[in-house]
Amino acid sequence: MGGITEMAVSLAHFLTVSAILLVLGVFGIFLNRKNVIIILMSIELILLAVNINMVAFSAALGDLTGQVFTMFILTVAAAEAAIGLAILVIYFRNRGTIEVEDISTLKG
Amino acid sequence: MIAALTFYAFAAVLIASAVMVVTARNPVHSVLFLILAFFNAAGLFLLAGAEFLAMILVIVYVGAVAVLFLFVVMMLDIDFTQLREGFQKYAPLGAVVGGILFLELVMVLGTWRFAPEAATLRLNATPADLTNSRALGNILYTDNIYLFQACGLILLVAMIGAIVLTLRDRPGTRRQNVAEQIARSGSVSLRSIPLGVGLKEIGIARPPSPEEAKPKEVEHHGHGGHH
Repeated sequence: MGGITEMAVSLAHFLTVSAILLVLGVFGIFLNRKNVIIILMSIELILLAVNINMVAFSAALGDLTGQVFTMFILTVAAAEAAIGLAILVIYFRNRGTIEVEDISTLKG
Repeated sequence: MIAALTFYAFAAVLIASAVMVVTARNPVHSVLFLILAFFNAAGLFLLAGAEFLAMILVIVYVGAVAVLFLFVVMMLDIDFTQLREGFQKYAPLGAVVGGILFLELVMVLGTWRFAPEAATLRLNATPADLTNSRALGNILYTDNIYLFQACGLILLVAMIGAIVLTLRDRPGTRRQNVAEQIARSGSVSLRSIPLGVGLKEIGIARPPSPEEAKPKEVEHHGHGGHH
């Protein structure tokens, strides 16, 4: 591949790791249907998989845009975790439980 | 060779700790394994040549997000065994969905290739003479300055949102009300004190209060006990 920079570890390796991580995150969401904390952690894992993908492509293509984008994803992930945990705390304060299946008050 | 070995070590620990995050019985263990996963992901970033992002991952994720998770897990008094009900029930469904997703990803990985003109379409080619952090800063603070500011705004909104969500005033707590203290009048009177006179002559001025008699009583009791 002309112009595609050679990495110490091939791009496919990174992509495989990131694919496994993403699948594990999705699996975690299904597995812990009731525990919002673990679901939030699974979302963090999924975002981490996306970030690994971005960085791997950035390194393979010799283009720093992927790393800049990764930084933005990190920002949004941090904000999301903070807001999610804040909502969790007030939900627990009001209800005394964090079971996701009970959270259907807004359904109407 | 060494790079490949390091990659396999980091990747193996990363995936193993991700499995533990998802399946651990105790959520505290989950968070600790999440921290381990972030450390190993930072190692992978280092291998890919993204030093700045690796450090950011350790600082932001391990230092802030994971500790936030740990704090919330420990703060909430939850019966976690009850939350694990249905673990077995949902496992097959999750395995099926995850398996399908993984198969799709493997199929994509098996067939994709770079576009022939990909090498000529770089937006920000990695400069050879700059360090990673400096090159990233050059891009971030010039071409993407509005996005960068928007990121700051997102963080600000998230911070204010989290504070507003969790802020509450409990009834019955005692707080100092500075404005009321300053605005009060009448209960304290100003006295004109002669200059150069010690406290011994004037005596300490105390407002008359019902609690004034209390110390004497205590003293009296102590005295009686001594006898």
